[in-house]
Amino acid sequence: MLQDYLPIAVLLILSTGLSVLIVALGHLVGPRRPSARKSAPYESGMQPIGPGTRRMPVRFYLIAVLFILFDIEVVFFLPWAVTFRQLGIFGLIEMLIFIVVLLVGFAYAWKMGALEWE
Amino acid sequence: MEFFNSADLLHALPLIFLMSWATILLLVAAFARAASERIMPALAAAGLLLTGYFAARQFGNPASAFNGMFAADGFSAFITLLLVLSGLLAIALSSDYLKRMSLNRPEYYVLMLFSITGMMLMASAADLIVVFLALELLSIPLYVLAAFAQPEPRSEEAGLKYFLLGAFASGFLLFGIALVYGATATTSLTGIFIAAQSGLEQPLYLLIGAALILVGLAFKVAAVPFHMWTPDVYEGSPTSVTAFMAAGAKIGGFAALIRIFIVALPSISEQIVPVLWALTALTLIGGNLLAIAQNNVKRMLAYSSISHAGFLLMALVVYGQDAARFDVVASALFYLLAFIITSSGSWGVVIALEKQAGKGLEFSDYAGLGRTQPVLALAMAVFMLSFTGVPPTLGFAGKFYLFRAVLEGEYVGLAILGMLASLISAYYYLRLIVVMYMQTGNPKIHSERWLNLTTVGAAIGVVVLFFASEPLFDLAALALLHVN
Repeated sequence: MLQDYLPIAVLLILSTGLSVLIVALGHLVGPRRPSARKSAPYESGMQPIGPGTRRMPVRFYLIAVLFILFDIEVVFFLPWAVTFRQLGIFGLIEMLIFIVVLLVGFAYAWKMGALEWE
Repeated sequence: MEFFNSADLLHALPLIFLMSWATILLLVAAFARAASERIMPALAAAGLLLTGYFAARQFGNPASAFNGMFAADGFSAFITLLLVLSGLLAIALSSDYLKRMSLNRPEYYVLMLFSITGMMLMASAADLIVVFLALELLSIPLYVLAAFAQPEPRSEEAGLKYFLLGAFASGFLLFGIALVYGATATTSLTGIFIAAQSGLEQPLYLLIGAALILVGLAFKVAAVPFHMWTPDVYEGSPTSVTAFMAAGAKIGGFAALIRIFIVALPSISEQIVPVLWALTALTLIGGNLLAIAQNNVKRMLAYSSISHAGFLLMALVVYGQDAARFDVVASALFYLLAFIITSSGSWGVVIALEKQAGKGLEFSDYAGLGRTQPVLALAMAVFMLSFTGVPPTLGFAGKFYLFRAVLEGEYVGLAILGMLASLISAYYYLRLIVVMYMQTGNPKIHSERWLNLTTVGAAIGVVVLFFASEPLFDLAALALLHVN
């Protein structure tokens, strides 16, 4: 049974080895001429403004949690869409129930002011 | 392939009903906030009563639904009734307490109902994936409830601790499920049984998987050495939540343990029983010895609930023996019933004495209760005697059936250990009675209608039901005939 996992082990070793090799080669062989501009944080070619770590409003976390909720909903849609024909009307009703449950959560969050940005 | 038929919905009716009810109550909580603060306890209790009615109707016609992933049999019906009882007791304990502590947010009851659906699903799960789903459904509302007294730091700490350790334990359970699947190529409990019977390529994986599942569930029922979270979480949570956790989470955890081990894993009982034996012994000794050292009644009751998990685990040790099996599980169910009533009542007394900001919970705060509040003190004395296992209380009957079953399974050593543990426990239970009756003090109590009714009712129940223990035990045994 363990032999079945051999390709995975080979892939694991190969991919780890290759990435270590490439990074190591870059370090060893590549020329290094550091300058102030090169060691600055990369901001799409713009001049960096302020330090990289900044304080963030805690409200973002609430938004992030709500985002996860609906993100997972969409992820769940995908396998349903793939097997839509086999599942038929049963799948449709099941998915409707799923959406209604999420909608209740959404309505609750909305009503309780989770989406308001004071 | 047929995915389901409409009869499946009927078999899962108690569960589906309670889930929908809780969802509707969530909307009520959001859109009729002012009214819901008043009527929510009644609505939640009504939902539980209806659920109990639907579950009671399932007695006697066992069925399996959703392609064998869901079992609706006497066992799940009995557990559901136990959960309804503990839910009703918890609501009665909560409603005035929440107002007094200014925690009266209607979400409390919604979370409680969601958690109860998870516990019900634990008892019905006939597939390891459903067990995991049920465990999460049980746990996540409990994490929130533990932190419900937010912004009280102790309560937040309790919620966070419970969440982190609970998530860790879920990981163990999930890894165990994965290994069992690796060994047997199925997650269905009966499927695992059949695969294990017909010989496995890698029997070791099944064993390791079963052990990891045991770890995950032992955490939920707070068995030593997986009990570390219990005292802190029980002490930090609002007391009404603690009362609910002590009863409900235990029922759910043991329901899953019993079904998984009896249905899926009898073939490895020879290897797993020594582990269970050690776990039981550690829980019995550890829980009781640690309880002795406590000066806080809330913590003492937390350790006491650990030691009662040990008594319940005694039943599981005998699970591998065909002859003793039904008696053993029936006695575990009966013990759960005794534990729920006694535990809820004793938490009711704690709630009556608790003051703001975690005060009024020390042993010394109970001094003189026997003189100033004779009824309450008598009720507490009854609960303590029932915890110890003194007749005529339900706790005695529970221990009687449990020890009888363990002796039937010829685990004499374990029975003696249980007796010794009861003896140790007498020390700290009786200590509270001594403090209440023989020391002087002037404790102030909160006299609230539902609280008093619950406490006194539970005390009367503990004594009166003792005389009806034979038919109750027969009912529990009847529930089990269809577990397989």
